[in-house]
Amino acid sequence: MKKVSSPQMMWRYLKQRLFFSAVWFAAAFLTVVIATILGFILINGIGAISWEFITEPPKQMMTKGGVMPAIVGTFYLTCGALLVALPLGVAAAIYLSEYAKDSMGVHTIRVLINCLAGVPSVVFGLFGLGFFVVFLGFGSSILAGSLTLGCLILPTIIAASEEAIKAVPQTFREASLALGVSKWQTIFKIVLPAAAPGLVTGSILSVGRAAGETAPIMFTAATFFTTLLPRSVFDEVMALPYHIYVLATAGTYIYETRPLQYGAVLVLITIIFAVNISAILIRIYARKNKRW
Amino acid sequence: MSDKRSGEAPRNLLSREKKDNLIKCFFLLCAVFSVGVLAVILFSLFYSGLPLFKSVSLSSFLFGMEWYPTFAPPEFGILPLIVASLLVTILSVFIAVPLSILLAIFISEIAVGYFKDGIKVIVELLAGLPSVVLGFIGMVVVAPLLQDVFDLPTGLNMFNASLILSIMIVPTIASLSEDAINSVPQEYKEASYALGATKFETIAFVIVPCALSGISMAIILGIARAIGETMVVLMVAGGAGAIPESIFDPVRPMPANIAAEMGETPRNSLHYHALFAIGIVLFFMTLAFNLVATYISRRFKEGGSATL
Repeated sequence: MKKVSSPQMMWRYLKQRLFFSAVWFAAAFLTVVIATILGFILINGIGAISWEFITEPPKQMMTKGGVMPAIVGTFYLTCGALLVALPLGVAAAIYLSEYAKDSMGVHTIRVLINCLAGVPSVVFGLFGLGFFVVFLGFGSSILAGSLTLGCLILPTIIAASEEAIKAVPQTFREASLALGVSKWQTIFKIVLPAAAPGLVTGSILSVGRAAGETAPIMFTAATFFTTLLPRSVFDEVMALPYHIYVLATAGTYIYETRPLQYGAVLVLITIIFAVNISAILIRIYARKNKRW
Repeated sequence: MSDKRSGEAPRNLLSREKKDNLIKCFFLLCAVFSVGVLAVILFSLFYSGLPLFKSVSLSSFLFGMEWYPTFAPPEFGILPLIVASLLVTILSVFIAVPLSILLAIFISEIAVGYFKDGIKVIVELLAGLPSVVLGFIGMVVVAPLLQDVFDLPTGLNMFNASLILSIMIVPTIASLSEDAINSVPQEYKEASYALGATKFETIAFVIVPCALSGISMAIILGIARAIGETMVVLMVAGGAGAIPESIFDPVRPMPANIAAEMGETPRNSLHYHALFAIGIVLFFMTLAFNLVATYISRRFKEGGSATL
């Protein structure tokens, strides 16, 4: 190995050393931060978790009991959001990737969908309140909350679906069209089945996003406390993120309910990580079984 | 055979092309409808926000120093809220940008194997953490820590909010910067090495400058994200509606103000309209950042034979 001799070279390598240390430090720092956050929640939250915590409603002014209605509410809201956003988002993605030409109009549609993705979550909350709750008169309800969340995840679903559809090789379409199959049949029978794993992954990831959002449901669906499970889409529900927020900031017994707060946070991130990991597993599985 | 076909033909009410066209129109309609959501958002913000300006002038709203919506007479000046939003965002971007760019360089240029995959998973985990959880961490971990270390009356302040926000926008900036760095053509690096540059010199003087437009787009999207983020600033910024004098003062950014007050505001009161009007301001601020980011990404596409 050549020895570095001149002071100039030594200085250049020293700079490199310093820079590389900074880069490694950044990576280590982030790892430590996330490990601290997750470890902290796990250690403090695990004590609160019990069968009772998962299956019972809150009791005694929210200081005892569990989070079951909040889990159920979050489940309804995210399913509702997916029901709204998935068909619309996939259809829009089909248009953008299969039909759209490189025209001014299509360009505008893309830019506007990007802008929709950038709208702050609290503005979605205002929109849901002003439009669904008040203007259309749905009241604070699962319906209004699901529609609001659906609009929120729509751009994510469109982007993910478009990517999945674009990943289907062009030769598939050409082969199908060459056999005399019409365009829409090609899309339904060839393109969509081939893109299915990508579509599923994208929609699962957006479910993870919808489940954790608080601001959009604060004024459109979430309620502080109810022991009843919802009976119709016009009922208010409890939701896990909102439950955490309320317990941590607005309750009468903020310090007494700390264990419950840790428990609720642990339940929420467990749900979200489980959802995200299942999406990643599906992606890996689909890649392995890819036949092209 | 041909008889059978001609016998069947009338049963198909639509010809093939017509059917194809109809289905195309349906998909187009869905795409337009998705864009329509943006229009409806704008409509509902204006519908509920504009009535404020019948009784409050635009300049006293935007530049007024006092936000006392429940006093008689009420004051609806949002300048302290705008300033709070901007300050929290700027501070968090200052913290997040160096960290994110170093991370992006780590992922795309330095780490290999398990380190690379590991840090990617960590960034994805961080991106998946709900904002309410980070806000909670800010309240129960960071706030007491700050209070002890700096001997403050409250740990819920601007600095805390900026710290948590910066953790939140790191995944956005890092992953978009990584894309930008990855799209720098291999030839550029090879040319730099051939001239005798060290790896550091190649990264600092070739790769990063080439990826600069992509990195700036990432930063702008990070800013847009930070301005609009609600739960973190609602839970940890402290909520004092005045222009801060130090970074350890409590502040009340716009999203926090909307979220904190909307719950107890009577429908169609002046206060209700004022909160929607803040929403309009917030909407256009983030829209502007997003449009600038879109413009940059289109205008300054990185060149190079490998990508084109």
